[in-house]
Amino acid sequence: MDIDSVPQDNSSTYANMKKALYVKDKNGKVTTAASTGWEVEETVTKQALEDINEHIKEAYQEVKSKKKSTLYYHMYRQRMDLTLLSQATGFFKWRIKRDFEPKVFAKIKESRLKEYCEVLGVSPKEIKELPDEQF
Amino acid sequence: MSSFKHTHHAHCESGVMSSLLSYHGLKISEPMVFGISGAINFAYIPFVKMGGMPLVAYRSLPKAIIKSIKKNLKIKMKMETFSSVKKGEKRLDELLKQGRVVGAQGSMYWLEYVPDELSFHFNAHNFIIYKKEKERYFISDPVFAEAVTCSKDSLTKSRFSKGAMAPKGLLYYPLEVPNDIDLKPVIIKSIKKTAKNMLKTPVPIAGLRGMKYLAKSIKKLRLGDKKYAKLFLGNIVRMQEEIGTGGAGFRFMYASFLQEASEIFGKDRVLLEASDMMFEVGDSWREFALVIAKAIKSKKEIDYQMISDMLLKICDEEKKVYEKLLEFKK
Repeated sequence: MDIDSVPQDNSSTYANMKKALYVKDKNGKVTTAASTGWEVEETVTKQALEDINEHIKEAYQEVKSKKKSTLYYHMYRQRMDLTLLSQATGFFKWRIKRDFEPKVFAKIKESRLKEYCEVLGVSPKEIKELPDEQF
Repeated sequence: MSSFKHTHHAHCESGVMSSLLSYHGLKISEPMVFGISGAINFAYIPFVKMGGMPLVAYRSLPKAIIKSIKKNLKIKMKMETFSSVKKGEKRLDELLKQGRVVGAQGSMYWLEYVPDELSFHFNAHNFIIYKKEKERYFISDPVFAEAVTCSKDSLTKSRFSKGAMAPKGLLYYPLEVPNDIDLKPVIIKSIKKTAKNMLKTPVPIAGLRGMKYLAKSIKKLRLGDKKYAKLFLGNIVRMQEEIGTGGAGFRFMYASFLQEASEIFGKDRVLLEASDMMFEVGDSWREFALVIAKAIKSKKEIDYQMISDMLLKICDEEKKVYEKLLEFKK
């Protein structure tokens, strides 16, 4: 890539940050250039963020209608999924899935709840609540 | 020792190593670190999922750069992980008090200075901690244009994040750095190794074989769920972009290394040619990303065959670079 073709698309997904790129200057020598964004990258980052937000929204509704426990919502809220939560807690996926059931989650052992709280970065009080959210 | 200066780099791990070594008196560029640690690679591992998507990587495993720099340049490096959070916090403070500048591994997600748009669960992020003042840690994060600061809570949470590639509070710093190293033998060895690695991978998921495997999987997307297909394609590009790689999956960085290496060998022509070729490969990867982004946005049927063919073409192009590199004899 030549220095003149470094994209400066001011991508919202760069959050006003810049990225350093290795490019060629006019004489073909390597130099670094700062880019304010690239539309292509914005498209795929937004796609991933939208996917995450969709999961959060769906989870919110399911918890609201009491189909799932609040843990289910907080997992997605912290941008995790079952695989990540299982890796981080060391809990089996099938047992986590059981904790997604409101009845099971209501009687959860303190030590287990503590582990969820730690990994998700929320307090024991917060994890049992569904905050007011507007989507 | 002079005071530490933050430098903006393209990638976290190679950036940290370049800054750390330069600070200790061995001036070495980021592409040189990247190149001699043989960090360029390709891997497509469908059975390892990240965020529900198969792992696509354009470089070697996390921590591989640190380890191979240590080995190849014979630098005495101390790497410490911790069994408890308390010990890890204490040790960091001790080291900073001694005036050390330390590399650290942590999760992107828990670092408070990382904006929401980039805040994903990725445990193998690297940065440098160089000062503590009034309960704030001063951090040189290579992929940020300026140095930043971070609270203790946020930093600890990041350093001790759990799950895949858990950092376990990892801190690393050089004990002894020679300020004059003959890079020539290291460059020769690493280039040979890289070329062989890419051309003759024993497993079908890495090197050029990994690219072919991915091309095959792209073709198969036609038969499955449309939304999944778009996320799958988007993921390929996102991994390619993974913080500051210029949309070329580290190809530009490797090309830069080759140009620098050519200079070291008295304007070696083979290396210079290989560098130019690799720059072009990088451009092709960007073209590939552009086509995918357009396909994702478009409401029309996606031409998977065309995207797959495009990847195979890049694979061929890249193959020529590595073959060229095998011509390099010193």
